[in-house]
Amino acid sequence: MLQYILKRLWHTVYVIIGISMISFFFIHLSGDPVLLMLPGDASDQEIEELREQLGFNDPLYVQYVRFASKAIRGDFGESLYYHVPVMELVIERLPASLELAVAAMVFALVLAVPIGIISAVRRGSMLDMGSMLGALLGLSMPHFWLGIMLMLLFSVHLGWLPTSGRGTMAHLIMPAVSLGLSLMAMFARLTRSVMLEVLSLDYIRTARAKGLREEIVISKHALKNALIPLVTVAGMQFGFLIGGTVIIETVFAWPGLGRLVIQAIFSRDYPLVQAIVFVLSLLFVGMNLLVDILYVYLDPQISYSEEK
Amino acid sequence: MNTRATESPGFRQAVESLVPRIRLTLETAREVVRRPSALAGGILLLLILMASVSFPVLYHTDPLAQDLLARFTPPVWQSGGTWSHLLGTDNLGRDVLSRLLYGSRVSLLVGFTAVFVAELVGIVLGLISGYYGGKTDSFIMRIADIFMAYPFMLLTISVIAVLGPSILNLILVLGISDWVTYARTIRGSVLSLKRKEFVEASRAIGTHNIIIIIRHILPNVISPLLVLGTLRVANIIIWESGLSYLGMGAPPPMPTWGRMLAEGRVYIGDAWWLVTLPGLAIMFTILSINLLGDGLRDALDPRLINV
Repeated sequence: MLQYILKRLWHTVYVIIGISMISFFFIHLSGDPVLLMLPGDASDQEIEELREQLGFNDPLYVQYVRFASKAIRGDFGESLYYHVPVMELVIERLPASLELAVAAMVFALVLAVPIGIISAVRRGSMLDMGSMLGALLGLSMPHFWLGIMLMLLFSVHLGWLPTSGRGTMAHLIMPAVSLGLSLMAMFARLTRSVMLEVLSLDYIRTARAKGLREEIVISKHALKNALIPLVTVAGMQFGFLIGGTVIIETVFAWPGLGRLVIQAIFSRDYPLVQAIVFVLSLLFVGMNLLVDILYVYLDPQISYSEEK
Repeated sequence: MNTRATESPGFRQAVESLVPRIRLTLETAREVVRRPSALAGGILLLLILMASVSFPVLYHTDPLAQDLLARFTPPVWQSGGTWSHLLGTDNLGRDVLSRLLYGSRVSLLVGFTAVFVAELVGIVLGLISGYYGGKTDSFIMRIADIFMAYPFMLLTISVIAVLGPSILNLILVLGISDWVTYARTIRGSVLSLKRKEFVEASRAIGTHNIIIIIRHILPNVISPLLVLGTLRVANIIIWESGLSYLGMGAPPPMPTWGRMLAEGRVYIGDAWWLVTLPGLAIMFTILSINLLGDGLRDALDPRLINV
């Protein structure tokens, strides 16, 4: 067990190094990053000054080592637009994004698991077909469009919910529902198919043959095993949520990292972009590590000593 | 090494061995057609494709032509609507229907070609990784891990932000960031296949590695990729419209579904059709692809979990 965790930790370290390289190099993709950061009418002298100031005249590997050694200390430089250390901005906005992602995940799981179970137990019923059709529609809807539609109904026509901003529960409802709906659809389908598989296994037949009540068979015996793949997928989908916040935060003017990164891209504030991308990837990697460890804990059958 | 491989009789045999595969494909198609939901998805997708290809002939209204006097004309069934603009006009008086049809071209083009790029990269790397194993394998898989750890949306956004928005960049970026799933799937199947007797027998009689891969391995691992690819087209189209919503899709003034939504969002209180119709177009396209993909999966491999 300990060996497995150590191995996963080592794995995480090189992934982080890889991520830091991508975060560092992507601004060099177009050739000269200084030209990206300055407005088109900047003079040659201004260009040269900024280049010198940001150290772009040094060889690439020197720049990377400097970037990495600062990044370890959480120093990603100063925002070109706000003129404060970018980490301050990131830390200020992070809670809003996390709040949104967690709310969406909770919304998705709380509804999807019961829907999936009921659909599996009443397989082929109207209820099952209806909810699976609904799930398919949910999967086919772009989440930002769903957000706009909710806004059209609940803000413009009914006037029940605010269109933008953060603060109260009322502000959180529409962004979280739009972000979470396609996840909910996916989880409901997954729960249903896993439940169907588990319900056909021998030990369930044994439990039923013992004369246990159906509710107990489902909640005590079947659900426990069906939850394992759900936990894994839910963990992996956290990355989707992080990507999704970028658009949803823009739609609802939610003051999180996603909206900040888009603003930073348009104002050519590349140190800020670098820091946000790096921090969000770290979150994602951390989440994956957590899921892997939890997975072993949940399912002792998995041999964690050998690679698959 | 490559040229010698293509000249050898073994290579010709390998190509000939694809013929029964084609017959198998027809059988699969028959299987798919037998499922009502998959058939419905297929027909819907076909209709969308046909509309997208043929619209300049059937409905020749310029999607870019502005008519400021006819701004915010509602769709024809609503009071104030006219037959000359079936689905109404936007804030600049541009025809919504022709913009929707034009947008379908962008989405479908980007969706299918990006998946093609991703499959190509994924298949090649997955085959190499699984077949050769060892250091090559661990190198490719380490890179895959890093790609997996990078939130897909952020990767594409940051690269597009630097490279600038264009259709080609979109296809390349979306394609290249999405190869990992294919590579992993293929690698897994190759690992189990290469220990099978028929592969070992082939190697024992001295068949070239490339021919073994093309003739014995590839045909046996391709069908899960077909399913995966179809379902990924749907995801890519959603991402493309999202990028386009953020102003990082196809460059303006090209009409795309995402851009139409972003522009319509400003007038959400005045013109419901501007924010509703492009989304419906995306939804029906994705729905048709998902239905077809589900059908393909059931037809090719009933054991695959229904996620």
